[in-house]
Amino acid sequence: MAEVAEKQVAEPIFSKKNRKLLTDPLNGNNPITVQVLGICSALAVTVQVAPAIVMSIGLMLVTAFSNLFISMLRNTIPSRIRIIVQLAVVSVFVILVDQVLKAYVYDVSKQLSVFTGLIITNCIVMGRLEAFAMANKPIPSFLDGIGNGLGYGLILVTIAVFRELFGSGSILGYKIFEAMNITYTGNGLLMLPAGACMMVGIYIWIQRSLNGYREED
Amino acid sequence: MESLINIFVKSIFIDNMIFATFLGMCSYLAVSKNVKTAMGLGIAVVFVLGVTVPLNFLVNEYFLKPGSLAWLGKDFEKVDLNFLQFIVFISVIAAVVQLTEMVVEKFSPALYGALGIFLPLIAVNCSILGAALFMVGRPYTLAEATVYGLGSGVGWLLAIVALAGIREKLKYSNVPGPLKGLGITFILVGLMSLGFLSFMGFKL
Repeated sequence: MAEVAEKQVAEPIFSKKNRKLLTDPLNGNNPITVQVLGICSALAVTVQVAPAIVMSIGLMLVTAFSNLFISMLRNTIPSRIRIIVQLAVVSVFVILVDQVLKAYVYDVSKQLSVFTGLIITNCIVMGRLEAFAMANKPIPSFLDGIGNGLGYGLILVTIAVFRELFGSGSILGYKIFEAMNITYTGNGLLMLPAGACMMVGIYIWIQRSLNGYREED
Repeated sequence: MESLINIFVKSIFIDNMIFATFLGMCSYLAVSKNVKTAMGLGIAVVFVLGVTVPLNFLVNEYFLKPGSLAWLGKDFEKVDLNFLQFIVFISVIAAVVQLTEMVVEKFSPALYGALGIFLPLIAVNCSILGAALFMVGRPYTLAEATVYGLGSGVGWLLAIVALAGIREKLKYSNVPGPLKGLGITFILVGLMSLGFLSFMGFKL
């Protein structure tokens, strides 16, 4: 008990409340399958695993840092022009991510094409800024950003693994089926955006069957 | 003239914003529950795309492209402001959306009632920024860029109204519990996208 009390006074980074901020978006409050945010890029960059991983890391950093900064500024931003202020802060971080990607992983950056830029209008970033950072202290906001980035990454990488494995028979460019001496003809449907859409639909179906979440229409 | 019509048709059917590039999905899924609101949002998107794409084209042509500042004098010939692209484009879009909202509110309260709530949503609709970024990657002229913007908007409108129509009818069908709502909508969009794939065979 004494330990608990002590923790509450100091509010350490990994208190129970803060840990919940990190783990909640992985399942119960996932940004893609429950909050319905950030769908566009989730469908577009999941043809292969490598771009999906890079995209998730980029988005996580942008969300976390813009959450942090907007949360620090939250009392000085006039509410009428808050959207443009938020967009300005977000685009600064997106420009940073974009320039770093172009400098160090040019191939992946080419594959992602406009989608790095579209992190600016990725609804996860804006949604978390509006819903969380505008009303909370900087450190929880930062953790919320990391958590939502992880939740987004989880879905992206899961879908990308299935799409790359069954679509082109490889993972991270490594030909799995060839190595096991199995002849496998790639399933063209999974390479198309339509296949991605259905994959997300099925993912949601499985997730909701497991956790019992229902939507009333 | 012929190339303009080609670009228009191409951006509606073949490069459809939703079914070929999956841009603007968030509001697409959130606001497609009934046809009337879907129509309102769709028209607002057509309008904003039709204005911002040519505007961003001019900004890119005269301020951002490498060497585009030559009109300021010899000293500026080598200036390359390309890295500012994202922040400038999104500012232009946000400003146009805000201005439109104010103008519509002032002069046409009826239209404001119909479109008003959707306008702020549009600033963060990926399809608007996406269209601007695609436009930069292609060798368009001003007229072609305008037509491309309008066409993409009409394509988006078509897609959202179609989905809203299907979802209205879906209320009467017996969908398994966990698949209700978002899940079945995703699968629907996948099927519709397959349908739109058939347009890809057309050579214009």
